[in-house]
Amino acid sequence: MATEAHAAEGATGYIIHHLTPLHFGEGFWTLHLDTLFFSAALGGLFIWFFKTAAEKATSGVPGLVQSFAEMMIEFVDQQVKDSFHGHSKLIAPLALTIFCWVFLWNFMDLFPVDILPLIGSLMGLEYLRVVPSTDLNATFAMSISVFALIIFYSIKIKGPWGFAKELMFQPFGPWLLPFNLLLKLVEEIAKPISLALRLFGNLYAGELIFILIALLPWYLQPVLSFPWAIFHILIITLQAFIFMVLTIVYLSMAHEDH
Amino acid sequence: MSINATLIGQMITFALLVWFTMKYIWPPLFDSLEERRKKIADGLAAAEKGQENMHLAEKKAKNVIKEAKEQSSEIVNQAQKRANELIEESKDLGKKEGERMILAAKAQIEQEIHQARESLRQEVAALAFSAAEQILGAEIDKAKHRDIINKVSNQLG
Repeated sequence: MATEAHAAEGATGYIIHHLTPLHFGEGFWTLHLDTLFFSAALGGLFIWFFKTAAEKATSGVPGLVQSFAEMMIEFVDQQVKDSFHGHSKLIAPLALTIFCWVFLWNFMDLFPVDILPLIGSLMGLEYLRVVPSTDLNATFAMSISVFALIIFYSIKIKGPWGFAKELMFQPFGPWLLPFNLLLKLVEEIAKPISLALRLFGNLYAGELIFILIALLPWYLQPVLSFPWAIFHILIITLQAFIFMVLTIVYLSMAHEDH
Repeated sequence: MSINATLIGQMITFALLVWFTMKYIWPPLFDSLEERRKKIADGLAAAEKGQENMHLAEKKAKNVIKEAKEQSSEIVNQAQKRANELIEESKDLGKKEGERMILAAKAQIEQEIHQARESLRQEVAALAFSAAEQILGAEIDKAKHRDIINKVSNQLG
């Protein structure tokens, strides 16, 4: 839907406009208000839904809301049990939060690309980028938090010396210490970066394609955006799932003492 | 497309969400799931136990019925035996009674024969006397001729 308003800037302008966040502040202290708002709102939606289910939770016959919540809980719990063999009160709720939150972020991608920015512009907002996972800050915030947990649990379970030993003496033994250290550091740092970039890349690309489809003549748009949206339903679920499973796997690796 | 303070805000939101989920969402839902699992397991166990009990009760009932049947057939046998005995007994009794009655009748008959003979004899004796009287034309003194009369009547008997 390349409207007249964007015609002056052309297709590039339209795309850039769509991918520019509603920001506030300067330099590092810039806040992406849209990312913050939408992710908080979606987080609130997640909390509200599950809290409703949790409050009415009964071991008798469950209602619809509870059934759905329990289905999610069982699904996540199964994933955790499959790859994590320790005792942790944090990992399962963490995995549930990650899966639901990322899924909801990604789900924003399925709203028509112009609808929410249009409403925003009516409310006087110049820019509005509605999909939080197309913001590197959002994906990195999550993956860095996970990374911090990985480091925390590595040190907690293996002890500072045990963790240091693992970094220095594996996989090639003590004679290749600097090489081991380099390898291990890259391996560790790759975890949050790959987590964040995978999610960001997939969703950014998906959103970009929606925007490109929106630039086409109106009669071509449904033909392309409909299959892409269906395909995207798979992608957004898959990306949320991957983020969750990798988090569980990384944390279980942190728990395993060699 | 730059990393900025949004990151910090997002991390805070994420931490809050995880904390809330860990504290208020996961435990009640998970507990209710576990509780239901336990309830179902208990129910299944109870059902199994009930079935087992039913089988036991069935077996017991069969035994009781078998015993009752045996007992009843024994009772019937005994009753039949007793009935046979009774029949035999009454048969015996009847036979004896009959024999006794026959004997009594025979005795009576004998007695009656005897009586008849006696009266016949007396009558004959009287007849003989009267005939003799008439023949002799004189009265026979009964006292005088007792011996003769007795002799005659004995001969008649």
